[in-house]
Amino acid sequence: MTDYLTIAGVRLTSRLFVGTGKFASYDLIPKVIEASRTQVVTVALRRIDFDTPGENMLEYIPKDVIVMPNTSGARNAEEAARIARIAREAGCGNWVKIEVITDQKYLLPDNIETIKATEILAKEGFVVLPYMSPDLMAAKRMVDAGAAAVMPLGAPIGTNRGLKTKELLRILIEEIEAPIVVDAGIGRPSEAVEALEMGAAAVLVNTAIATADDPVLMAEAFGQAVEIGRKAYLAGPGATSEYAAASSPLTGFLSQ
Amino acid sequence: MKLFINGKEETFNGLGTLHDLIVSKNLPEQRIIVEVNGNLIKRDEWERTALQEADRIEILRFVGGG
Repeated sequence: MTDYLTIAGVRLTSRLFVGTGKFASYDLIPKVIEASRTQVVTVALRRIDFDTPGENMLEYIPKDVIVMPNTSGARNAEEAARIARIAREAGCGNWVKIEVITDQKYLLPDNIETIKATEILAKEGFVVLPYMSPDLMAAKRMVDAGAAAVMPLGAPIGTNRGLKTKELLRILIEEIEAPIVVDAGIGRPSEAVEALEMGAAAVLVNTAIATADDPVLMAEAFGQAVEIGRKAYLAGPGATSEYAAASSPLTGFLSQ
Repeated sequence: MKLFINGKEETFNGLGTLHDLIVSKNLPEQRIIVEVNGNLIKRDEWERTALQEADRIEILRFVGGG
């Protein structure tokens, strides 16, 4: 039996989404995609810099990978919707990661504007994956508004600090029927294992891969981590207990 | 002609269409996205898009992002 993550009717075999920011060179991106076996990558839309026009980063993404533009830079729902529409018109498909941020210190998302953007874009036929602060009611409203998955943060963007919001993530995983994709904060493959083991549907990783000494090797490690975590979740971990419970039989000791 | 390009005011002479502007900026080979006054203009419409005084033009592209 193959275990798929289905989002908007698309069956994904990989539970790792990869962000393409912060890489020292775009040349690394196809290698990272291959090593990680990711099937969903995020990109951003920016004004061109005429002094250094640079390259078209989409050319570095294999054609069979889903490109999910983010709406970074948006400060409210309308700006997010505008960025999403531009990206779709530019031929990026209809998946979008909503990101609405006004807090510059922790880059925490604005859940209220994110709910509004989800509603606007879902109605326009987008596959909407909102980046959000892990709050149960906000997540419910995003799903009601048409979110295909919900992407709560583990820790602030780019911090590599892991699952600091673990208890809230656990509640979201338990209560929300849509896939929960832990986005932001995951710094190590062990934390990706933990998220999947808890029942997260997937994780989105960028900084942890891009800033590793060897990003391609780290991408491979994350690709394996999500597989391990998912297997452990499907296997159903045993119960924990306060006191020891012998694993070896307590009878027939040699000294008896 | 005065235009606002990516938020900056610039002055041009002899510019007729959006296509002329893209050429003058040495950008035709790039995969770029262009908005004029908030409306997305597709590539095949650049040559027929006449520029007007004080148009606000956004020239965008995809970059790495998380």
